[in-house]
Amino acid sequence: MWKLLVKIFRTGRLTEKSSRPVTQPHTPGFGRSLAIRHVDAGSCNGCELELLALENPYYALSSDGAKFVASPRHADLLIVTGPVTKAMKDPLTKTLEATPEPRRVLAVGDCACDGGVFRDSYAVCNGVSPVIPVDHQVPGCPPPPDEIRRAILRAFALPRQAQK
Amino acid sequence: MDNDDFSKRFSPGFCLIPREDGIPRAIIPQNSPGSYIEEARTLAASGGRFLGLWAAGDPEPRICTAFLLREGLIVLVLPLNLPEDPQTFPSLSSFLPAADRFERTVRDLFGFVPEGLEDSRPWISQGLWTVPPLASPPGTCIPETPTPDLQEYPFVRVLGPGVHEIPVGPVHAGIIEPGHFRFQVVGEKVLRLEERLGYTHKGVDGLFRGREIAAGARLAARVSGDSTVACSLAFAQAVEQALDFSPAAGVRFMRALLLERERVANHLGDLGALGNDAGLGFGLSQFTRLKEDLLRRNRIHFGARYLFDVIVPGGVRANLDDKAILDLLEENRLLAAEVGDLQKIYDDHGGLQDRFQNTGVLLPEVARRLGAGGVVGRGSAQAWDLRADHGGDPYRRFPPALALAHEGDVAARVRIRFLEIQESLALCRALLEHLPEHSIAEPLPDNPETAEGLGIVEGVRGEVLAWVRLAPGGVIRAAHIQDPSALLWPALEVVVPGNLVADFPLINKSFNLSYSGHDL
Repeated sequence: MWKLLVKIFRTGRLTEKSSRPVTQPHTPGFGRSLAIRHVDAGSCNGCELELLALENPYYALSSDGAKFVASPRHADLLIVTGPVTKAMKDPLTKTLEATPEPRRVLAVGDCACDGGVFRDSYAVCNGVSPVIPVDHQVPGCPPPPDEIRRAILRAFALPRQAQK
Repeated sequence: MDNDDFSKRFSPGFCLIPREDGIPRAIIPQNSPGSYIEEARTLAASGGRFLGLWAAGDPEPRICTAFLLREGLIVLVLPLNLPEDPQTFPSLSSFLPAADRFERTVRDLFGFVPEGLEDSRPWISQGLWTVPPLASPPGTCIPETPTPDLQEYPFVRVLGPGVHEIPVGPVHAGIIEPGHFRFQVVGEKVLRLEERLGYTHKGVDGLFRGREIAAGARLAARVSGDSTVACSLAFAQAVEQALDFSPAAGVRFMRALLLERERVANHLGDLGALGNDAGLGFGLSQFTRLKEDLLRRNRIHFGARYLFDVIVPGGVRANLDDKAILDLLEENRLLAAEVGDLQKIYDDHGGLQDRFQNTGVLLPEVARRLGAGGVVGRGSAQAWDLRADHGGDPYRRFPPALALAHEGDVAARVRIRFLEIQESLALCRALLEHLPEHSIAEPLPDNPETAEGLGIVEGVRGEVLAWVRLAPGGVIRAAHIQDPSALLWPALEVVVPGNLVADFPLINKSFNLSYSGHDL
């Protein structure tokens, strides 16, 4: 046990400061807490690695008030990765339907933006926006964690999208 | 059996030619379904491990089946040119149970019928297309089923008092890839697990057709993101074999270094997640911090955190100066010490070991029958590691020791990962200390005729295999990347029954298989 405690003590605090944009009064936003549900819609798992990295001690996303949750029913923000395979089109739509309003959708990675390297395959929908409305996109293959974090923090105060 | 005996058994002119960049590998064309099944049977009986089966479609329909022997890699190619439609090929599943899902995949995607295969259910296809999507020439529009019924898959049911079913997925409760698991349980105990995959099927084999080599390499790097180096390297080897091009020693060293860095990064991530799944959050924090340090160094010295697109056919897109080598050697020393500390903590932690030991046991005999390799296989006494067995350059100069355990439980797979991190770090150290001068990437020669090549490397999970067929002018006619996950998913189904439902995440993590690499 003491080895474990010594390790914690020696490692110290690694979390890098981030700057969460302050929500303007009277704009709809999520205040200080944001629950995120991730949906992998057929990615190569590269973007997942960077999403997981957001929870390591350097980025410590939870210290900004954002955390990944296990059900869309608890979520404010859906993060979608992958080109949206034809087989994931229906599960993705159902996940959105299960997410309560107000909600936002963030497409992470080149594939989620426009299909990326898998664009125009018979098996993909060429990104998230042809399937469900997207509020914000983070391009990159895969995008580095600080860029994803920036986009997530912006989502705290992201104005509601026009209803389609 | 020595190489001479071995060559005699095969049809005229065949021999396994050693290559500097890896293990000997050969493509053996078969002229009839009879000879195909006979050769496959001989290879399986003489200790060959079945590594995968795939097809190529229009305009040269064929079935390819890969076997790994101690002597090298052999791919049997059966051209399909029967007058009748649909095309048929003999199923290997009667003596190779692992061939089942591969043959179902070929039937789903190409419409070629495996004769003698008992399982008539689809595998990759979810009934989304009215025709097999890869049967038509590239560029053809594939008609979609208007209202596919995704719930129709006939899972095997367990009946009896108190038995109930837990469906999980395709959307999982975490940052994980999509797939469906169907558990049949009594109380807390799992009686049966059945997987339903194919949700991440992106039509990779179809996308390869007609691409230039460089665009094909970008696609190959995205078959499974966490194994991008292994996939890129296998693809590069295949292209280089087809074009009869040998990369310089410096390039081979750099590639081996990148492959080991990928292994270390993944093992660090897995060890952290395994600790966390057993309730030790400390492990997750510590290992993810070490992984992040390594990724940041990758960014600085190789230009990419996960090393996407650093390896290309013809070379590597990175170079190390003396300062960088010193920095990486220092990182290596610190990391080896840190991992050593953490291993002691894991080993001495009673609560952790209680969850790890005797959980998710894959018996050596079962592992052998399923052809499991990689970390999972080595945790169950399957002594296969391309780096230790075959020693292409530079592994021949600095042979890594084979990590092996016999218990086959989660604890064994954890131990293998710890051993392999240390072994990889030692190998990286040797490579850095002896790194020859190298040019970055050389232009590839042209191919006046159709050419075919194979590549195989020991990736994070096991053997990653690539096959490529090039049309004149460096255009890909057909290509396939085979991730070891496809062989290991059936092993997970075997391991889980008898364990508690709550132990499934831990067992699953100890396998850590790729969905994308399986579904393609």
